[in-house]
Amino acid sequence: MKAVQEEQEVITATTQIGMTDDNQYLTFMLAGEEYGVDILRVQEIKGWDKVTPIPNTPDYMQGVINLRGAIVPIVDLRSRFCMEKLEYGPTTVVIVLRVRGEDNECIMGIVVDAVSDVYNIQEEDLRQIQSNGNSLVAESVSSIATVQEKMVILLDIDHLLNSRELADINGALD
Amino acid sequence: MSIDISQFHQVFFEESFEGLDLMESALLGLSQGSDDPELIHLIFRAAHSIKGGSGTFGFTAIASFTHVMETLLDEMREGERSVSKPALTLLLQSGDVLRDMLEAARDGREFDPDRAATMQAQLEGLLDGEVGRSPVSSQTEADSRSAWRIQFRPYPDLLKTGNDPVRMFRELAALGEMTVEVDTSAVPRAEVYDAETCYLAWTITLSGDISREQIDEIFEWVDGDCDLVVEALGARQESPLPQSADTPKAPAAAPLAGGSDEDRRSGDDRRKTDRRTTAAADTSIRVSINKIDEIINMVGELVITQSMLGQFGTEVEEFDSGMIEKLRDGLSQLERNTRDLQESVMRIRMLPISFSFNRFPRLVHDLSAKLGKKIDLKISGESTELDKTVMEKIGDPLVHLVRNSLDHGIEMPDERAAKGKPETGVVHLNAYHQGGHIIIEISDDGGGLPTDKILSKARQRGLVGEGETLSHEETLQLIFEPGFSTAETVSDVSGRGVGMDVVRRNIKDLGGSIEVRSERDQGSKFTIRLPLTLAILDGQLLKVSDEIFIIPLVSIVESLQIDVNKVNAIAGSVEMYRLRDDYVPIVRLYELFDLQPSNTSLQDALLVIVEHDGRKVGILVDELLGQQQVVIKSLETNFRRVAGLSGATILGDGMVALILDVGGLISMSNRGPASQPPRNRERAA
Repeated sequence: MKAVQEEQEVITATTQIGMTDDNQYLTFMLAGEEYGVDILRVQEIKGWDKVTPIPNTPDYMQGVINLRGAIVPIVDLRSRFCMEKLEYGPTTVVIVLRVRGEDNECIMGIVVDAVSDVYNIQEEDLRQIQSNGNSLVAESVSSIATVQEKMVILLDIDHLLNSRELADINGALD
Repeated sequence: MSIDISQFHQVFFEESFEGLDLMESALLGLSQGSDDPELIHLIFRAAHSIKGGSGTFGFTAIASFTHVMETLLDEMREGERSVSKPALTLLLQSGDVLRDMLEAARDGREFDPDRAATMQAQLEGLLDGEVGRSPVSSQTEADSRSAWRIQFRPYPDLLKTGNDPVRMFRELAALGEMTVEVDTSAVPRAEVYDAETCYLAWTITLSGDISREQIDEIFEWVDGDCDLVVEALGARQESPLPQSADTPKAPAAAPLAGGSDEDRRSGDDRRKTDRRTTAAADTSIRVSINKIDEIINMVGELVITQSMLGQFGTEVEEFDSGMIEKLRDGLSQLERNTRDLQESVMRIRMLPISFSFNRFPRLVHDLSAKLGKKIDLKISGESTELDKTVMEKIGDPLVHLVRNSLDHGIEMPDERAAKGKPETGVVHLNAYHQGGHIIIEISDDGGGLPTDKILSKARQRGLVGEGETLSHEETLQLIFEPGFSTAETVSDVSGRGVGMDVVRRNIKDLGGSIEVRSERDQGSKFTIRLPLTLAILDGQLLKVSDEIFIIPLVSIVESLQIDVNKVNAIAGSVEMYRLRDDYVPIVRLYELFDLQPSNTSLQDALLVIVEHDGRKVGILVDELLGQQQVVIKSLETNFRRVAGLSGATILGDGMVALILDVGGLISMSNRGPASQPPRNRERAA
């Protein structure tokens, strides 16, 4: 039994090393800036389609869609970051992400202006950002990287799509 | 290569709990005087596989505890020990302890080792024919009892069959003191060495209180894959244990009977708390092969229909009327196939209600002994199937009702005799299907509900006015009122007065209903009516502000066109509609849900009267669409619970429609429309 456990620890350790070496990020555009998310969390990218709004939810919660039988909530990232609204156009896409909660994984979509690129970013190229007091930014931006002389803002989607959503639950129901 | 054993834990626990259930019902069968030898074998096998599994997965405490039970059972199986009442009681209690140990292991909690040790000592005491003997003393004595030499020479292919000698040695070591010599003479040079071949042989000397059967059991799996010689060393006889079946066991009864009730109750309490903490755990379901075959057949037919229809798309150039006819046939076949498939898939979730009924023999056995009543439990219709989720939720209400019948329903034997009834009362559990519902009946031939007491109690509590007279049926309904109990003394069996209203609420939450019928001295009968499944509901589609919502059909009382003369506004805000003799508040869904109203006048709208928990409201809707069966999908899977909604479903066009939670809407409407300021709801299309 013990041998089995030890071997597993070795396996997890090696996979972690493998991951930290070189991470791939999917980037997208939002109000002229490039944002990135861990590509392993991206389930799919789909065009914008009509959603079913959910009553009494925050403004950025666009509603839910049917994703092959699953009910998936869609968050408008512009209004999540309190940016100006933009008419949805032909480049508007929904990036469907797997978000990790405290004890479960759920699927959510974010609406962004356009998808951009996929970059390999080395761990040492990541820069932590100085928090300017805006808690949403501090919580949901994990770091910043420079790729081909451009700034890419890397998002911590678990924070962005989870902490507030879940905090809202209790407020909304009681 | 290593395998993560923990992935099999869940299966092990499930199988063990099933085994325990089997064991318990077989033990009860035995204690009711059945002498079917198959029952003992059944119990033995259940204990044996729990022991084997727990050993494999490293739950040594469970393994060693089960081992003692197994030894006792083995003696019974071999006819060396008579099946005595004290032994059965002890085994039942051990089953409880074992269940708690398993639950603790499953939840990763520590199990109180003293409890297991006490029980184990009692079992060992019974084994040794003496009571209260500590486990320590039996161990010190055991050393001199027996010793075995085992020569174990596996065939080279042993490892390929999945057997692991190390595991076997570990089990052997658990039996007693062990010394092992290994014979490495057959190991070849490194260059021709095959890692999957076994080159080793062992000579094991084992001393302790061990029977030949225990050793054989460990080697059972490698039988035929090895040369095995087991010889006894020293004076030990072949007979596994020194005492024979006629050793007096009577003394075992006295101390046990004293402590048993308390022990069992503390076990019960613990089990209750465990349930709560593990509610979120992953669950699985066992499905009979027949059901799966059925689905595979359906899918086969579906594929055939699909390919037939596919031909129209690819091969047919022009449509004539004949082709359209064929196309229609194909489509109707497709519809039939899909419906059948849906039904069979739903049937996977269906389990026979015996899973729920099986706990009652034990409950009745224990409680009737405690209450000093003579009670027979009759169960029928136990193969009636219902949804697993419904079954899990109906368990507690059923227990409550059965306890009530035992405690209040059935009279004491002398009272029964005085009434000219047989001394033994009968509680009958019955289940059957009716329409899309399952009916569960709990009836007894006891004293019936004391309507006069109920009525005076209700008057006392102000539920019924002094002058008011109630019919028999109306009086019976009173027992479902909150905080209502007529029991003169609150016993720990039932009668705290929190019962029947909770029972009714639980059943209503499942979309069911409960009725009671009772005749003085004839007995009473509770009839529970439940939907077969929670995954599908019959819904009414309706339109409000261009959104489609679904109301469960069961909550709809009626739908009507609004007669503006019957609308009154209280204090200018709460609108009431006069519905015959009743006034129902009007709920404007677009206000509650903050939607852009497409129509605010009452004249053009429809009112859907819905009821929940005895309260009625009228929901204002723009249009009633169709009625259809919808598959309920949870919003919580990826999002969260939303007030006023019970879930969502996917309509024929692929769009998501929200299912209204009538109870939630009523409490929302009481609080008034959402307090947050109206928001701009521009949506890009």
